[in-house]
Amino acid sequence: MSFIVDELKNGALEVQEYVHLCARAFRAMVTPPTYRYDIIEQFDMVGVSSLTVVLLTGFFTGAVLALQSGLTLDQFGARPVVGRLVSASMIKELGPVLTGLMLTGRVGSGIAAELGSMVVTDQINALRALGTDPVRKLVVPRMLAGIVMAPVLTVVADFVGIVGGWIVASFQLQVASGIYWSSILRALYMQDIWMGLIKPFALGFVIVSVACHVGLRTSGGTQGVGRATTVAVVTGSVGVIAVDFFITRILISLMY
Amino acid sequence: MAEKSRERSSAAQEVLDAPGAPVVVFDHVSLAFDEKVILKDVSFTLISGHTKIILGASGAGKSVTLKIILGLLAADGGVVWVNGERVDQLAEEDMMKVRADLGMVFQEGALFDSLTVRENVGYRLYEESDMPLPVADRRVEEVLGFIGLGEFMDRMPSELSGGQRRRVAIARAMASKPKILLYDEPTTGLDPITATTVDDEIIKLRDLENVSSIVVTHQLRDAFYLATHTAVKENGTIRVVPADAQKAEQAEFMMLRDGFIAFEGDADELRHSEDEYLKKFLS
Repeated sequence: MSFIVDELKNGALEVQEYVHLCARAFRAMVTPPTYRYDIIEQFDMVGVSSLTVVLLTGFFTGAVLALQSGLTLDQFGARPVVGRLVSASMIKELGPVLTGLMLTGRVGSGIAAELGSMVVTDQINALRALGTDPVRKLVVPRMLAGIVMAPVLTVVADFVGIVGGWIVASFQLQVASGIYWSSILRALYMQDIWMGLIKPFALGFVIVSVACHVGLRTSGGTQGVGRATTVAVVTGSVGVIAVDFFITRILISLMY
Repeated sequence: MAEKSRERSSAAQEVLDAPGAPVVVFDHVSLAFDEKVILKDVSFTLISGHTKIILGASGAGKSVTLKIILGLLAADGGVVWVNGERVDQLAEEDMMKVRADLGMVFQEGALFDSLTVRENVGYRLYEESDMPLPVADRRVEEVLGFIGLGEFMDRMPSELSGGQRRRVAIARAMASKPKILLYDEPTTGLDPITATTVDDEIIKLRDLENVSSIVVTHQLRDAFYLATHTAVKENGTIRVVPADAQKAEQAEFMMLRDGFIAFEGDADELRHSEDEYLKKFLS
């Protein structure tokens, strides 16, 4: 019984610390000082450096989606609408979620490991001793980069996914390019685009804030850093899928 | 309004700058982590220009004492004064102003891995001050010259030896000319020759730059070396020589044991103490 109570207390403490960190980060975003160089550096680290993995993931997801749906659509004689299926799936769901998961693996783990190492080697304390607020210097740039770059990367993933689908549709399924692209344009609604654009803002925030929280609460030396990295990836991935569900639910009730 | 009340009058500043002024005061400070008592009713004072050497076994609460002074940890009870400011209840953003007069050398250095030696040493000047870049660069070069690592300016911390890392950490702590320097095990893990080099830097800062210091260590050789040596500048050359009795008295020893102060006094008193624990520790 006491074990359950302790676990609940620890859980509540984690949530409290997470909310506290987010509140401090948002306050730091709108008050000086701002570390501009760090923000630019993080935009590069989170955005530009993640481009390759997002391009590859988006491309192959779109391609396999076309392949698989082509088989199913054939049963109904509906192969020409493969573009419609690929675009709707990529823009509304797979683009944001897969980009989120890729960012969790690449960026979330990196942030947790970096901040965790800084904690266990006293670099965070050194920052504070030198008059720097670690939230302003380390968390805010990463959070801004996550919130801004996740939607940009999602748009890139959506586009290459649709291109991947087009290549498979053209060369494997023998669907004419004109039919593929026109079915995309006909089936795409403004609400779908909004849904695909709104989601990654929240997902980017979740990935980075969870990673920063886990990283800054690292303890237990190098072993603790490894543990923090794993926790950041697992929590971030589950967070991406869970937040995606709740946002989808809210957006459907608001926009459709 | 709260901001204004924290501003120090010129009279108060004069008192703090005067020789013999208390720059760090611990008044009945206690701290425990869950059931484990770290500090219990600890009181001591650091006088301006003096050195307080805190000895004790691992886990005796030495490093925690430094972290409380710096505001990195909050005490459970008692009052802590640093440079005329009561810090035990200060919010993090207010603590930043107090830290401007404090420098800390962490165990293992805690240098920023991603920055060069120059960026590490000048961190506070480049990032947290309005100092023009050329002036900050000159100060960094001056400080690195002082500790004899001028030619390592563009290296990364990973390219330095353990002793060099500690010396860079000292340079980083002193770059912004703090009045108080805190050293957490500055020579642990270093060979005797390198440790003496680090000790010499601490002595030079204390005697030539008039920096008050608290040194946490369990290296007795280094503790006595710091207490019994002084730095002198002759014809532009700095030498570390044995100190006279009056100078040696300015280094106060304090031994922590199980959260309590087991001893307080100068090097001579420590050497001649009849306390069994101290005898064992010194042997």
